[in-house]
Order: sequence, then C-alpha cells, then structure tokens
Amino acid sequence: MNATQVKTADERILQTSPLRKLLGRPELGSVVGAIAVFVFFAFFADSFLRASSLSTVLYAASTIGIMAVPVALLMIGGEFDLSAGVMVTSSALVSSMFSYQMTANVWVGVVVSLLVTLAIGAFNGFMLTRTKLPSFIITLGTFLMLTGLNLGFTKLIDGTVSTKSIADMEGFPSAQDVFASTITIGGVGFKVTILWWLALVAVASWILLRTRAGNWIFAVGGNKDAARAVGVPVTRTKIGLYMGVGLGAWISGQHLLFSYDVVQSGEGVGNELIYIIAAVIGGCLITGGYGSAVGSAVGAFIFGMTSKGIVFAEWNPDWFKFFLGAMLLLATLLNAWVRKRAEATK
Amino acid sequence: MTQTEDRTALVELSGVSKNYGNVRALEGVSLEVHAGEITCVLGDNGAGKSTLIKIIAGLHQHDGGTLSLDGEETRLASPREALDRGIATVYQDLAVVPLMPVWRNFFLGSEPRKGVAPFKRMDVDHMRRTTHAELLRMGIDLRDVDQPIGTLSGGERQCVAIARAVYFGAKVLVLDEPTAALGVKQSGVVLKYVAAARDQGLGVVLITHNPHHAYLVGDRFVLLKRGTMVANQTRGEVTLDELTQQMAGGTELDDLRHELERR
Repeated sequence: MNATQVKTADERILQTSPLRKLLGRPELGSVVGAIAVFVFFAFFADSFLRASSLSTVLYAASTIGIMAVPVALLMIGGEFDLSAGVMVTSSALVSSMFSYQMTANVWVGVVVSLLVTLAIGAFNGFMLTRTKLPSFIITLGTFLMLTGLNLGFTKLIDGTVSTKSIADMEGFPSAQDVFASTITIGGVGFKVTILWWLALVAVASWILLRTRAGNWIFAVGGNKDAARAVGVPVTRTKIGLYMGVGLGAWISGQHLLFSYDVVQSGEGVGNELIYIIAAVIGGCLITGGYGSAVGSAVGAFIFGMTSKGIVFAEWNPDWFKFFLGAMLLLATLLNAWVRKRAEATK
Repeated sequence: MTQTEDRTALVELSGVSKNYGNVRALEGVSLEVHAGEITCVLGDNGAGKSTLIKIIAGLHQHDGGTLSLDGEETRLASPREALDRGIATVYQDLAVVPLMPVWRNFFLGSEPRKGVAPFKRMDVDHMRRTTHAELLRMGIDLRDVDQPIGTLSGGERQCVAIARAVYFGAKVLVLDEPTAALGVKQSGVVLKYVAAARDQGLGVVLITHNPHHAYLVGDRFVLLKRGTMVANQTRGEVTLDELTQQMAGGTELDDLRHELERR
C-alpha cells in the first residue's frame, strides 16, 4: 500500500511547475534585484566587470554578509539584534586590549573575545526570553551599553579612542592568516573573509533546511506559542540564535583587528541596520518565520555591488544611501508580491 | 455524579480547582477519560473550559483536587511532560505554524533524525513520506506536503493536527473547540476524524460549546458554568434536549425570555 501511495505522491509533485517552485523561494526577489543591479553597473561603470572589481565587490559583500547570516537566522526566529554592529567593535577591542594588557599571545585574546561575544549574545537572549520585552528594546539597551563600554574602556585603558598596535606581538601573523589574509587566484587577490562568509552561508543553510534546530527556528519565528505547545524549546532556540550573532560578531571583529592592527572604539554604529537590510532584501520576513541564509548572502552581495559600483562609476558616494534605501523598498515590495502570488496559486 | 468503573481511567480529575491570583477560574471539577471513549466538556465562554484544558495539557498546574493518569496521582510540569505521558492537545489555534510546510509542522517538536553528531540531521524523506501516508490514512489526500499549512482549509488543518497526535502515540487526545470556526460540512468531517481516533482506542476529551456536536459523538458530558461543574453525565443519563437546555442555562433562559417579552 505504501508503494502505491508513494507513486501517486510522486506523480502529483511533478505537477508542481518548476516556475511555481521558484516563485516559492524566499530569495527570488533578491536574485532578481541582484541581476538588475549587476546589469545596471555593468552598463554604467566600465571597470565593474574586471576580475579585480569582482574581488573588491565580494570583499565588501563578505564583511556585511558574515553578520547578515546570523542576523537573518535571528530574524527568521522572529527577533532583532540592534547591538550587532557595535558588538563587532567590542569583539575587536576585547581581543586587542586583552592580548596587549596581558602581553599574551594574540590567540589568547582571540579566544577571550569569542567567549565575551558569545556571552553578550547569551545575555541578549536571556534577557529577551526572561523579561518577554520586545527584542527591539532589549537589544537597543545592549547597543547603547556596548557603545558606551567600547569608548569608555578604551579611553580608560589606552587614554585615546583607539587601541595600541599589536602587530609585533606573538601569534599576530598566524591570526592574520586566518582572519585577514588574501588568497590569490589567477592573479587576483581575494580576501579570506569571502571564504568565512560562504562557509557561514553553507552551514546556516544546512541548519535551517536539514536539522531539527532549523525546524525550531522557523517555528519560534512563525508561531512561538504553537512551537512551545508541541514541545519546541523556545527559550533555548532564541538564546542560541543570539549567540549565533555573537559568533558572527567575533569573526567580523577579528577580521577588523587583524587587517587594520588598531581598532577605533567608536566604529560599528549603524551597521546593525545594514545587516538587517541585507537580510530583508534577501527575503526574510520582518515578522519572522520566513527567509533564508542564501537570501541574506544575495542581500549582502547587492550591498557590495551598490557600494563599490558607485565608486567604479565615479559617482559621488553620497548617492549610495539613496540607492540602498530604494533597493530595500523595491525588494520588500517584490518579496511581498511574490509571496502573495505563490500562496494564492497553491 | 460519575459511576465508579471497574477499569482505571486514562485521565481522572477529581475536585480540581485553579485560581489566577484572586480570580477563581475553576472549582471542584471532576471528569474521567477512558480508552475508546469521548468525554465532552461543554460550557459557554468564560466557563473555564480553557483553564481545564491547560491543566490536562500541562500548561498550568491545578491548585486543588487531584489529577490521576492511569490511576496514579500526578502533577504535570510542562506540555512536554504531558506529551511524554501520552496526552496530546490540539488547541483552537491548532498549534501549527502557518508559513511552514505541512511535513515540517507534522513533525514539529518530535523530528526524527539520522546520522551521527555533529552531523545529525532530520530524516526528511521519511518525514515527507510519513506525513503523506498518515494523512491519507485519515482520508486527506494532499497534493503536496511541501505547501505551507496555512494554505489548507480550517477542517484540513484540524485533521492534520489530529493525525499528528495519533501518529505520535497519544493515548489521550484533547481537542479544544475543533468545530468552533467551521461550517456544517467541515464540522462533520472533523467529527468523523474524532470518531476515527476513538475507534483506534484513544481516549478523547472534546471541548465544545455546541451540544449538538457533542451529542453526536460523546460518551460522557461534563458541563461547566462560571468555573464550576454543574453536571457530569453519561450518554444514557441525558438526552440531547436536556443537554441543550442545561447548556443554554435552563432557568436563566426562561428569565431572559420574560425580560425580552416585557419590552
């Protein structure tokens, strides 16, 4: 009896047209947008299609993309993290200052920094699930506190707003290899962050689509009460998602530290919105329960193309924000329209 | 009151009460659920039906009286514990996540896995196949288990939730107003699945404010009013008319009629 059932099921699935399946994908809108942006700049910026330009665009995309992946997962899980931008700076500061003050191998600072960012993420998640306040408020609080701590501690310890150079310290070259090296392929240098980014997208996609945790992330974002009622550990899932943002902030922060050697303590403010924009352009539903990691990558790629494309086209970079805003609106409208169509025809 | 039975009930509440702060939500409620039987809990809005369901489902703990499972007095700490002890609850909102595919919803919270850590993953093929087969067994022929469950009709969603509970080896099925938002035809379909679950040997608690639906399938009828139990009868002890009369508030209804006539 099972065999016949499977057979009929298979026949029916064949009836679903590939086009409709495509329309059902969350990242469709962003892919269409990415193609449009690509064609646009290929046309208006002569140097845009060079391999070295691609490398520059991918690097810009990866610095946003590394954070956009965990932020997208968190958004699918129904929450925001406004502290994500400054957490990157905190990560770099902790790493640098700990190694410098303890005159330890920089890898010690790197590990301490990982623990600190994971703890900040866990704190966000714990406060959120414990107080049941909106994540907007909780993480706005963390955002302000971290901004203050970043500046305050740096001035207190170093006397200025930036950290001391750790370039001559033990372990710096190997850490630089891991977080900030350049890999040359066919005469063109690609930053290692691109690899980090792609790896994160792959792992996050696997988690979302193929693991139990992924099922839980969709569920806590789509209907938290229903998820709790059928036995999904909602608290654990949300705290885990915030710790994921901490992990992303750690990678980004270490990249920042080991590519520039010194860290400006006031950096990072405003970036949290760019991560959210990348996730939303990539098809994440702002109310949770829908989206993809690949979409966030496409969103970050659009960001990279736009920010660098304007430079290649030799326009005033002031236009960048306008383009980003227009893109956000268009992508969100397109996503909403596509989703409505996909659900109506099913 | 209920007759003493020679077999132990799957779930037995006796004199259960529950307060929310200084609000008495439930007082002295007793009911029994037996395998292969349907116990109907009737009551108007605010009668305490939801509170009762939450106690059986493990969402809330009772303040007074006893709750026994298979004759053993107990206290359910969480919905997970209730599930582990074979009590599955289908809520009014169905506890489904509308944007998620049917198969993901079907296994939500109890996903089968394969592989070794850290590469443990969901057994997606098995999940898809099982969802389709189990729904077919309940008489629902889904074209595509990948469609979001929000695109199914209310009756179909209800049936998916029931099929899910049956598949996961529930011994007791608690249904919160399964026919409340449905048309006549859809209600009939859902009641058919409720009866099908009973025939598979499950004990069913059917919460409703519709005495007609209750009488179609029920074996026992517990009537709640303003948090207290006003009747607890078996099918042999009560007729549909009596049930409707009790439900509508009997003398209160007569008073209302007088009041309206005077105008």
